[in-house]
Amino acid sequence: MTKTTETTGYNERLEQKLATIFAGGQQKYHEKMKESNKLFVRDRLRLLFDDGNYVEDGRFANVEAGDLPADGVVTAIGKVNGETVCVMANDSTVKAGSWGFRTVEKIIRIQETAEKMQVPMLYLVDSAGARITDQLAMFPNRRGAGRIFHNQVRMSGMVPQVCLLFGPSAAGGAYIPAFCDIVIMVEGNASMYLGSPRMAEKVIGEKVTLEEMGGARMHCTVSGVGDVLVSTEEEAISEARRYLQFFPANFAVKPERIESKAQKAGRSLEAIIPENQNAPFDMYELIDQLVDEGSFFDIKKLFAGELITGLARIDGQAVGILANQPKVKGGVLFGDSADKGAKFINLCDAFSIPLLFLADVPGFMIGTKVERAGIIRHGAKFIAAMSSATVPKISVIVRKAYGAGLYAMAGPAFEPDVCIALPTAQIAVMGPEAAVNAVYSNKIEAIEDPKERLKFVQEKHQEYKEEIDIYKLASEMIIDEIIAPSQLRNVLSQRLSFYETKDLPLPYRKHAINPV
Amino acid sequence: MKEVKASMAGTVLNILVAEGDAVSAGQAILTLESMKMEIPVEAEAGGKVEKIHVEVGGFVNEEDTLITFGE
Repeated sequence: MTKTTETTGYNERLEQKLATIFAGGQQKYHEKMKESNKLFVRDRLRLLFDDGNYVEDGRFANVEAGDLPADGVVTAIGKVNGETVCVMANDSTVKAGSWGFRTVEKIIRIQETAEKMQVPMLYLVDSAGARITDQLAMFPNRRGAGRIFHNQVRMSGMVPQVCLLFGPSAAGGAYIPAFCDIVIMVEGNASMYLGSPRMAEKVIGEKVTLEEMGGARMHCTVSGVGDVLVSTEEEAISEARRYLQFFPANFAVKPERIESKAQKAGRSLEAIIPENQNAPFDMYELIDQLVDEGSFFDIKKLFAGELITGLARIDGQAVGILANQPKVKGGVLFGDSADKGAKFINLCDAFSIPLLFLADVPGFMIGTKVERAGIIRHGAKFIAAMSSATVPKISVIVRKAYGAGLYAMAGPAFEPDVCIALPTAQIAVMGPEAAVNAVYSNKIEAIEDPKERLKFVQEKHQEYKEEIDIYKLASEMIIDEIIAPSQLRNVLSQRLSFYETKDLPLPYRKHAINPV
Repeated sequence: MKEVKASMAGTVLNILVAEGDAVSAGQAILTLESMKMEIPVEAEAGGKVEKIHVEVGGFVNEEDTLITFGE
């Protein structure tokens, strides 16, 4: 009898503690979250994990701290799409999710677990930043906040790292998303900034709103720090689950082939691609005809739209697509599009996802504005990333591929496993109009009769077009194959499966000096 | 009052609206030519064309205002 009573006593204490922990912060903070359409941290975790199941480490952290129900971060292990993942999730009902000593220690420990288990690490961020009152304990030391970022950098490319941003990610904390492979942001609630608008006003005198300076839409359209803009937390979680389906648990494992699906019903490629090289068309419509219906996962859709980057399936095989978008800025490459391409290539290459390049590119942008902004430096990043990727690389020349645009889109010199041309392909240093102008501008100006001048220009255009005729390039073995557009999906599916065993050793050195 | 700005440097190939015209969201209002490509410019929202700031053949830099819309 005595023993039973004692046990009940123990259990009661445990149950009380657990009840306190599970309840999180004060009721008023829960209500505030509800008002701004935010979910409580434990509801987020239930939605994220398969069947809502997870185990937790450091659950009792700060439970005896007096003024806290528990610490302001939950660290958990569970399954997503049947695969183990590690998660840290801020509880913004506890001290606004700010980082104290134990918060930082918990985050570091779950990162260490993810590294040991070699499984993806997810960061569910909703945090006001460092707790200034705890600064000596949490900021500068060996296991202070800096270690979180150090771990992220160390784990980058080893295991997938995903950030779901539900609220603020302030000051130093803003580096958590920056070091992740992908950042999903909830519009209206998520924000990132080094200094808050209040601090900006005090320190530099700028008056600005949070949305303008660090809002989700700004980061997903202008700064490019955000990758996917969503309208609800539920959507953020389902997008994260969808994203993870493409990835193996770690770099040493290859992504799995899933059941194939037919492409979306739509117009043929012949109907989609205009013959006039200079006329715009929607590259998304073409992509729809190549990939399994509903499989396309757009990354940075709203940022640098002249280059489309996204994950997809072709006959169930995972592939990373980079495609020029003639409908936006003529598909010309800019500094931002180059950065976007470089990061996407690095992501796919790290996790053995083959790359498919769909080229229809007039080249890199020219002019004073872009030169001053360092377009050469940015372009070099893109070309370096593409060049050093060792996953299968398939280059498809859809229409034009001019100048360094051909290089960036994995042209023949960069060891693509194959360079395929459609009959509409045109490969050249520059387009016919620009080339004839460059070579004959003095001669053209010297012809006084406008009719004669036009005739001369047209003749030269024709000669130039013959010189760069795609069959001539195939005959010279510059490109490997010309295929009918209607065959493209089948050919890609076959080639992806043939290249599955590709194994290219990395050059012997410590590391490259990557352009930045 | 809303402004439509040039997404990139180039020349104005054609202008498809006149001052005073009512346009709807997504309507093509102007075409730029840059890097030998035709760059369609669409109205982001509906409204009345208040002022056209450019002329056909003129050079525009990135971020230059092309057209101003009134309510």
